Amino acid sequence: MSSIGTGYDLSASQFSPDGRVFQVEYAAKAVESSGSIIAIRCKDGVVIGVEKILSSRLHEKSSNQKIYNVDRHVGMGFAGIQADGRKVVSIARDEASEYRQNYGSDVPLKQLVNRVASYIHAYTLYSSVRPFGVSAVLASYSEAYGPELYMIEPSGLYWGYRACAAGKAKQAVKTELEKIKANDMTCEEIVKEIARIIYVVHDEIKDKLFELELSWVCKATNGEHQLVPADIASEAIRLAKHAMEEDLDDDD
Amino acid sequence: MADGGQFSAAPFWQNGPSPGQFYNTPGTNLASSQLPRTYTQQPIVTGTSVLGVTFTGGVVIAADTLGSYGSLARFRDISRLLKVNEKVAIGASGDYADFQFIRDIINQKVLDGKCLNDNYCYSPVAIHTWLTRILYNRRTKINPLWNNIIVGGYDENEGSYLGYVDKLGVAYQAPTIATGYGSYIAQPLLRQSYESNNNNFTEEQALSAIERCMRVLLYRDGRSGNQYEVAIITKDGCQVTSPKPISTNWDIAEYVKYV
Amino acid sequence: MAAELKKAIYPENATIGLPTQHRFDPYTLNGGTIVGVAGDNFAILAGDTRLSEGFMIHSRDTSKIYKLTEKTFLGTCGFQGDVLTLTRLLNARLTMYEFEHRKKMSSTAISQMLSTVLYYRRFFPYYTFNILAGIDTDGKGCIYSYDAVGNYEKHTYHASGTASSMLQPLLDNQVGYLNQEGVRRVPLTIDKARTLIKDVFISATERDMYTGDSLHIVTITSDGVTEDHFPLRRD
Repeated sequence: MSSIGTGYDLSASQFSPDGRVFQVEYAAKAVESSGSIIAIRCKDGVVIGVEKILSSRLHEKSSNQKIYNVDRHVGMGFAGIQADGRKVVSIARDEASEYRQNYGSDVPLKQLVNRVASYIHAYTLYSSVRPFGVSAVLASYSEAYGPELYMIEPSGLYWGYRACAAGKAKQAVKTELEKIKANDMTCEEIVKEIARIIYVVHDEIKDKLFELELSWVCKATNGEHQLVPADIASEAIRLAKHAMEEDLDDDD
Repeated sequence: MADGGQFSAAPFWQNGPSPGQFYNTPGTNLASSQLPRTYTQQPIVTGTSVLGVTFTGGVVIAADTLGSYGSLARFRDISRLLKVNEKVAIGASGDYADFQFIRDIINQKVLDGKCLNDNYCYSPVAIHTWLTRILYNRRTKINPLWNNIIVGGYDENEGSYLGYVDKLGVAYQAPTIATGYGSYIAQPLLRQSYESNNNNFTEEQALSAIERCMRVLLYRDGRSGNQYEVAIITKDGCQVTSPKPISTNWDIAEYVKYV
Repeated sequence: MAAELKKAIYPENATIGLPTQHRFDPYTLNGGTIVGVAGDNFAILAGDTRLSEGFMIHSRDTSKIYKLTEKTFLGTCGFQGDVLTLTRLLNARLTMYEFEHRKKMSSTAISQMLSTVLYYRRFFPYYTFNILAGIDTDGKGCIYSYDAVGNYEKHTYHASGTASSMLQPLLDNQVGYLNQEGVRRVPLTIDKARTLIKDVFISATERDMYTGDSLHIVTITSDGVTEDHFPLRRD
């Protein structure tokens, strides 16, 4: 690792001879070492699920959230450095608030993502700053635009997604995601899928403790981004655990 | 004809500029830096009275839907009540733009609170005290928000709450409150019925007292409108009703003779 | 001719084109009266509870007496917007003092702080008239009166507010035994002081439109504080 960027990795403001910005790539590494995040856009909304790895039993449950409300209609989940993620949430909230102040309506997700991504990108341009070690997933649902899902990477690059993933199990999750026909499914079904995938890809040996955070923004919530109600979430988790056990039985 | 006889063209306009010269419209030839800096000196589009009454287990506030531009009934269907959350509503008389400004700030505050996802919700006394500081600080900058605001709310712990705050930061609580013209006409009526009712209203009594006062105000206040909204806040939540027309009776009019 | 006419229509000193200056008045007078009387081992602070503005009575039960510490109370009247701000500021300062020094501020210290706080706004004053009542470090009752910009003085009795000019001479006579010859100066008792305060307020209410509704009386002794309400005329 120490050899790869020698001489060109100390500053975000310097390219390597083959045209890479190593600081940004290291930021991406920070994301890859964090718990996984999954977001799926389905026919009536978007669901976000995060595998929040707990490094200690002493940590209070529900502290250090990985999913936040950004505005009434927008939710953000992230994988990567917790403190960086909170800063991105705060930026997104300010942008959403400023948009409402100026235009008197909810910010369209496309515009919000563009603004937040520009900010994250700006942090890849200067020697005085460090890029955000975060991949941020933004989701919303509105009558006008339907369900929308975007993910911003540490480089400031963003795409609109039908389903996306980041974090340590990104590859495994993507394989699972490609099997799902999300466009025909409802949020309630997707919640179960996400719970199942998170439980499947979770590395029981390396990261013993984890908490599954689930949120959605959909028709049923009236376009409001909310945490998935406790009863639905715990049912999804129960099913996920059950599916795992069945898999184990099959293996035997 | 160079002498300006009757056949020559009339000047372009009276006292106008010579060709190629600048012209100063009267009143605009003062550099703005010479003038003292001024802020809001009077309200522009205004709402008249707001009424508020407490009752056992809740509060009701009411305001008509007229926005006046001086004596012109400029906007006839605008809301002067704001549901803040399930515990609090406010009503504002005075400058409508300033009310909209306050409304936008409160809405964003409430939204910011919702983002925290902790189910906290501003109590009536919190909103009232906060408004008091906003209005007082603006008056201290000699740039007032030109409103009289009534804050109504119900909190399981604090009970019914009815507060007043004006553009100077004068603030108090009372069981019945009326702003603007209503403070002269409606407040005595509200106080009388409240006190003669053992300082205790039911929701129905409060609403009928409000209706009566809104009617009297429609008859007597030249800046009042003929429909009004009501916000009712109880333990079950806060709701703003859709505008309700005020019934009037003008039978007596034909007996009135102006000598 | 034209010049003469112009002069007649626009006098030389007229400011043509300038907007008429109609200044926003940041103050209003909300009326009310407060009285403080200090005895050898007590201090009494009383104020009516009417809050008015012009010919309007906003509220009949808004007290002008604010508790600052266990043994120091502030009576304040004038512009109620400033009253609210001033009392909040004082409470914040008292809390900060308590956290820093791990003790409550003494009445004497508060009296100086109030003056400083008021003078800080010398050129945009808090339009409030204050009487501070408390028990000093010797256990004796003390009364301080203030003008709007922080000039203050220690008294044994004082009246402020809209009916102060009616009450003060009465107190001069009955408490201060002023302007009398051969009068027997009896030390003031709590009961005498309270009766007197009620009486002067009853009289003030008859004459002053801005005073009435009810009287809030706070009696401070080194043993503790008692608060009473006494009805006044409501018209």
